Amino acid sequence: MKNSRRNFLKIAGISAVGLGIKPVLNTFASPDEHAEQSKPGFAKNENVLTGKRWGMVIDTRKFKSPEDLEPIVEACHSIHNVPHHKVKNHEIKWIWEEEYEHAFTDSENEYINDRLKHLPFLVLCNHCDDPPCVRACPTKATFKREDGIVMMDFHRCIGCRFCMAACPYGSRSFNFRDPRPAIEHQNPDFPTRMKGVVEKCNFCAERLAVGKMPKCVEASNGAIAFGDLDDPESTVRKLLKENYTIRRKPSLGTHPSVFYIV
Amino acid sequence: MNDKSKIVIGLIIFFVIITSPFWYNMGKAVSVPEPKLSDKAKAAKVCVESKEYMKTNHMHILDIWRNEVVRKGNRTYTNSMGKEYNISLSSGEESCLGCHGDKAEFCDKCHTYASVEPYCWDCHINPKEKK
Repeated sequence: MKNSRRNFLKIAGISAVGLGIKPVLNTFASPDEHAEQSKPGFAKNENVLTGKRWGMVIDTRKFKSPEDLEPIVEACHSIHNVPHHKVKNHEIKWIWEEEYEHAFTDSENEYINDRLKHLPFLVLCNHCDDPPCVRACPTKATFKREDGIVMMDFHRCIGCRFCMAACPYGSRSFNFRDPRPAIEHQNPDFPTRMKGVVEKCNFCAERLAVGKMPKCVEASNGAIAFGDLDDPESTVRKLLKENYTIRRKPSLGTHPSVFYIV
Repeated sequence: MNDKSKIVIGLIIFFVIITSPFWYNMGKAVSVPEPKLSDKAKAAKVCVESKEYMKTNHMHILDIWRNEVVRKGNRTYTNSMGKEYNISLSSGEESCLGCHGDKAEFCDKCHTYASVEPYCWDCHINPKEKK
C-alpha cells in the first residue's frame, strides 16, 4: 500500500476525533453514576455558643486574696493539660495571678491606694481585637477566629517564638521541655502539647463549641463574666455600662477583650 | 590473566556482600499486616466513609478534619451518604479511637510495617495509655 500525504492526514484527523470523544462521553455519563451521593460537608455543633467578639469582664472586687484565685487557675490548667514545671524558667501558664503594678504598667502610680496595691489580679490572654501576635506569626499558626478568639493551631506552630516577642502581655509560654511528664493528671479529652511549641489561653474554644462557658468563668462563682462584646444586651456589655473598667496597656492599641472592674 | 582465580574469588565475595541483606532476610518474609478491627468497628461495618476510601485517604481526611476543627470551629462532619459524625480523634465514644479502641492493633500495625511515624500521639492522648 502506498502512503500518500493525503491518506496520512485523513487517518490522523479521524484519530483526533476519536480521542476527543471519550472525555465528552464521560462527562455525560458521570452524573448518573454518583446520583445518590452528596458532597461531604462540615458544620458547627447544634448547641454551639456563637458571638461576634467574645469578651470577659473580671470583677476584682470579689477577690480578696491570692487564695481566691487559686481554684480558678487550677481548674483551667487541669482541663487543658498545662504542665507544672518545677523550674521557673520552664513555667507554662494560661491564666495566672499578677499585681497591679505589673499588670497595668500604663497607669503607674507610686502613691496608689492600699487596696489596689495588694489586690491580686487574674491575667490571661486578652484576645485582642488587633492582636500583634497574629501579625508576627510566620506560619499562621496563631490566627483570629470570626468570633474574636485568638487561637493557636499547635499543629502548625514551629516554635519560632515571634508571637511571644510580639505579645505585650506575656500571655504566651514556650514548651522548653516535653510537657507530658510534668502533667499530674491528664485530661484525655484535650491534647497535651509537645516540646517546641508555644501555648496560651484559647478562651475555652473547645467548650464554647459544645455550649459550655469557659472553665474559669464556671470556677469563679460569678466574679468573671463572659459574653459577646458586640451584643448590647449581653451580660458583659451590661456590666461594662454600669461599672468603671480598665484594660491592660490600652495605649498600645491592641484593644484587649478582657476588662477589669476595679 | 594470571590472577583469574583471585579475581573470581573477589567477585564472589563482592556478590555475597552486596546481596547479604537478601540472604539475611531469607525465609523471614512477613505478609502485609491486616489492621485488627474492634468488635464495635466490626458491628458498624462502615467508617465515616467507605472502607476503600478510608484505606487510601484516612490521612487526608484527618488533615482536613483538623483544619476544620481548629481553624473554623466545625465539629460535625456530614459524609457523602448524608450521615453526620462528630469530629474528634481521641476524645469520647464518638471519635476515631472511640470505635477503633486498640491503637496498637489498628493504627500502629500498618504504620510500623510501612515505617510511617505520624506525630498525632505526641500531643493527642490515647485514652488507654492515660496515666
